[in-house]
Amino acid sequence: MKPSERTQRVPPSGIRRFFELAEEIEDVISLGVGEPDFTAPWSAREAAIDSLERGKTSYTANRGMSDLRDAIAANVEERYALDYDPDEEIVVTAGASEAIDVAFRALVDPGDRVAVAQPSYISYVPGVIFAGGEPLRVPTREADDFKLTPEVLDAHDAGAADALVLCYPNNPTGAIMTREELAPIADFAREHDLTVLSDEIYAELTYGTDHTSIATLPGMRERTVVFNGFSKAYAMTGLRLGYALAPPETIRAMNRIHQYSLLSAPTTAQYAALDALEHGDSAVTEMRTQYDRRRRFVLSRFAELGIECFEAEGAFYVFPESPWPDAEAFAEALLDETGVAVVPGDVFGAGGEGHLRVSYATGLDDLREAMARIEAFLE
Amino acid sequence: MSVRDEVLSLLCENARHSTADLARLTDADESEVETAIEELEAEGVIRGYGAVVDWRRTDDEPVRALVECNVTLDRETGYDDIADRLARFPEVESLRLVSGDYDFSMGVRADSMGEVSRFVSEKVAPVPEITQTVTHYLMATYKENGVEFRDGHDDDDRLSVSP
Repeated sequence: MKPSERTQRVPPSGIRRFFELAEEIEDVISLGVGEPDFTAPWSAREAAIDSLERGKTSYTANRGMSDLRDAIAANVEERYALDYDPDEEIVVTAGASEAIDVAFRALVDPGDRVAVAQPSYISYVPGVIFAGGEPLRVPTREADDFKLTPEVLDAHDAGAADALVLCYPNNPTGAIMTREELAPIADFAREHDLTVLSDEIYAELTYGTDHTSIATLPGMRERTVVFNGFSKAYAMTGLRLGYALAPPETIRAMNRIHQYSLLSAPTTAQYAALDALEHGDSAVTEMRTQYDRRRRFVLSRFAELGIECFEAEGAFYVFPESPWPDAEAFAEALLDETGVAVVPGDVFGAGGEGHLRVSYATGLDDLREAMARIEAFLE
Repeated sequence: MSVRDEVLSLLCENARHSTADLARLTDADESEVETAIEELEAEGVIRGYGAVVDWRRTDDEPVRALVECNVTLDRETGYDDIADRLARFPEVESLRLVSGDYDFSMGVRADSMGEVSRFVSEKVAPVPEITQTVTHYLMATYKENGVEFRDGHDDDDRLSVSP
């Protein structure tokens, strides 16, 4: 058998290689994790258990249970001022990752160019390639606090692209973009007729500034697909539940792929998600409080170590400059000699070179110990 | 949340946080943290610092009991007077006035069931205002002060590195 040319174009994930290195070492303290160390709210888990006890083990509607879509619509309206019709403009997927993949396949034709603001989540570029498109990497700069600017878009000829992928709050930098900062990006998208794919999976995790979705800016709703899900805010990574919000034509196209490839998102997870939306607010608030404390702790420790690190305001990562010019060599040596795992920034694409992604989605005791080991390693 | 409230919340989670760590966690100066703690102690908001202990893992696991106490009051004697008298006994770990079928919920700790029984029958029951006691011996603790005691609960089997 001969694998397709598309799969050959995508190299193995840099994270995967690092994961394998980390697996060889015992007692790793990992600051490389991209998932919460909390557990899903008990009420949501109970709802999942209850759904199983009641025998709710069948497929749901392709787009997801109507109750869940109603709850999602109400939730995004309340939190992010996004108004979507639950019957026509929402599809529930197996994690936001599936939603992103399906969106690429639904919107990208062979040869279409898709601008991807980087550094960012590692799946966008492969997703574009798997859909037959051509990724255009647009690096954000530390000088801009890793926020995307129209100047950078212009400099990389993103106006000639067909679509633009955004990820704010950002993995791996922790950068957010305010309404004022998104406005010129929206102008650029409208001016150049770009479809915007906005991954907002970390929307609940901002510290000090509320999340703004680019879809709420004038003229953007009709050209934006918003991705969100339950993995980060509700610590439900393993339940694999996400969703996409978009105008009806786009959701119909996405659902056409989704219904043939997945039929419907896992039913048990949908019941958990429904409960999380109805009863999970206090758990989200508590987790956000804990993340914010850890964020301050890690930023403070890097400052004490004299390592430059811009003030991350969202997600659960900070993105310090590597103490060595070669971030990958530093991360490998750190892992090898201290057992502390961090991820070199270039794994996340252009603009990430010379940095490290440090996750604070791990307990404070481990964070304290890991930072002490980094300090000793640097000495 | 003010620095004072943040410090209080953090100390409730872990009273061993160092002042330096409290400063890092709250984005405050160490001097601000010290001042906040001093104020909280002086105002009697913070009454002490303790550990959450799973006594089953020690060699001298004490016997603990919850004792329900019913009382009658008169013009000269109020709940506070009775509480003041009961709280002085070293065997009493905790004492709370509660609503419901009884008045005081008293946590008692001693070296043996016999000691607990003797304490209740010889020291508590004879208090003139106490009309009835019901003693419940603690058989197992699963959660205390927000900390769960189950083994393996905190195992982290996430991927060491993930997207």
